[in-house]
Amino acid sequence: MNDIAKKLLKEVSGLDEMPKGAYNIRENSKTVSRQSSENIEIVSKEDKSGIDIIVKPNTKSENVFIPALVSCSGVHDLVYNDFFIGENADITIIAGCGVSTGDSCDGSEHNGIHRFFLGKNSKVRYVEKHIGEGTGTGKRVIDPVTEVIQEEGSYMEMETTQIKGVDSTRRFTTAKLKDGAKLVIKEKLMTHGEQFAESKFEVDMDGEDSSVNLISRSVARDYSRQTFISKINGNTRCMGHSECDAIIMDHGVVSAIPEITANSLDATLIHEAAIGKIAGDQMIKLMTLGLTEGEAEAKIIDGFLN
Amino acid sequence: MLKLENISFEVENEKEILKDVNLTIEKGKFIAITGPNGGGKSTLARIISGVLKPTKGKITFYGEDITDLSITDRAQRGISFGFQQPVRFKGITVHDLINIAKGEDLSVMDASHFLSEVGLCAKDYIHRELNDGLSGGEIKRIEIATIIARNTKLSILDEPEAGIDLWSFNHLIEVFMKMHQSKENSIVIISHQERILDVADEIIAMVDGAIVKRGAKESVLPELLHCEDPKNCLYCQDILEA
Ligand SMILES: Nc1ncnc2c1ncn2[C@@H]1O[C@H](COP(=O)(O)OP(=O)(O)OP(=O)(O)O)[C@@H](O)[C@H]1O
Ligand SMILES: [Mg+2]
Repeated sequence: MNDIAKKLLKEVSGLDEMPKGAYNIRENSKTVSRQSSENIEIVSKEDKSGIDIIVKPNTKSENVFIPALVSCSGVHDLVYNDFFIGENADITIIAGCGVSTGDSCDGSEHNGIHRFFLGKNSKVRYVEKHIGEGTGTGKRVIDPVTEVIQEEGSYMEMETTQIKGVDSTRRFTTAKLKDGAKLVIKEKLMTHGEQFAESKFEVDMDGEDSSVNLISRSVARDYSRQTFISKINGNTRCMGHSECDAIIMDHGVVSAIPEITANSLDATLIHEAAIGKIAGDQMIKLMTLGLTEGEAEAKIIDGFLN
Repeated sequence: MLKLENISFEVENEKEILKDVNLTIEKGKFIAITGPNGGGKSTLARIISGVLKPTKGKITFYGEDITDLSITDRAQRGISFGFQQPVRFKGITVHDLINIAKGEDLSVMDASHFLSEVGLCAKDYIHRELNDGLSGGEIKRIEIATIIARNTKLSILDEPEAGIDLWSFNHLIEVFMKMHQSKENSIVIISHQERILDVADEIIAMVDGAIVKRGAKESVLPELLHCEDPKNCLYCQDILEA
């Protein structure tokens, strides 16, 4: 692994060296390092590029790392990763994608198609960070597709972060929830320059007492644009909540498009959206505490995306 | 330490909110500013802290003309301002705000000290976000804690008693007294509370954008009662009843 890849690895997954337990590190469309653990098995797919991650029932408190790195330009990576989570398992998945195009004018792209099959009463925390690096004009593109199928009583928490350097991203997440299944998605996004980001969710609450909570916090600076689309269908007694909170700066543009459908009298669905510039009184307050305008702005944005 | 000369504040082709205000505050003083709602007290505090620029007049602080200085510059020179309505922030914690106020990264223990001062149980609050989840009284106390943490030459608190329960209020008065024990520092409290007026060295009464009287409590309150229309002035009525 070269230095660029090592640096990306550290930034997306916090790893300095190979972790303990299960992991699969992908660099420029190939697996460069892999390890299974007693409870978590990672195997290559036979018909296409990608891996199956199979977690034994009752696995407790294990981590699995699956970072994907693109450390040069001109790469168009497409990967299929399937996660099979056994009943009652409780694990954390640290994913992430770093794309570096150096000073090249050629772009690079990583498109990950992730499917999660959560067994009964299993619990998954999925943490994902996307970053892009490079000084050339080559576009860095990340288009993730995520599909979540949750059995009875399962719990999934997805935390996704994209703070800088990705020129274009279209994220599409779908989920189907059975009885008592719970899905929490926390998305953090900051776009700069001419970047574009779209995040689209489609959640079906099919099981009684299932619930979903989508929380998106984003900042659009310069001339960047963002679109947040949340489609939530409550098909039975269930609770759905989505919240889009965005700060626009410079000439940034943000659209929030909710579509909540209650197909049952017992479905409770809420959508909240707030888009606006940094509140003037927040800036003033921090300046009266001695911060400069720039420092105050940075604190407010940092906290907001914290 | 602070001198306001002929300060006026006018909103565009509307009324004059402050009318030719002259005011000097010496160091080591505890001053209370009182007067009816809409009298211009908060506006005056905003002018001193730089949140608003006066349309006329001059402000000096320790001999330096600060009329054109920014909010930040004034804060750095030693002026603190606790808002009547504290500001809420998503994602910024109480600990973060105390660090910002103090200008250094304090340990949880050191930062907690300032919360205890205002009667908040530190372990319950230090990691809380300054969002809508905090009650009015809680956020008000945190605001006061940041002013204590700054410990600057001049602290202005705009109605610090608002929303604070009675029991804690007694303790807060002690806190204010302590803040001004230093011979160098002055504290200016905008208040409608007689208890605060009782402990202040001096009271300034503002009515209709002007300072109508300054002095000891006994001499100022009667003057206030002669405001133009005491019958329709809630403040005067309160005092009349008391
Ligand atoms: N930007 C503005 N535009 C128009 N009128 C204003 C503006 N700011 C303040 N005022 C008016 O100026 C007057 C003084 O307001 P200020 O907030 O200073 O009063 P106050 O003495 O602090 O009152 P209170 O005791 O209610 O806090 C009020 O009548 C208010 O409505
Ligand atoms: Mg006021």
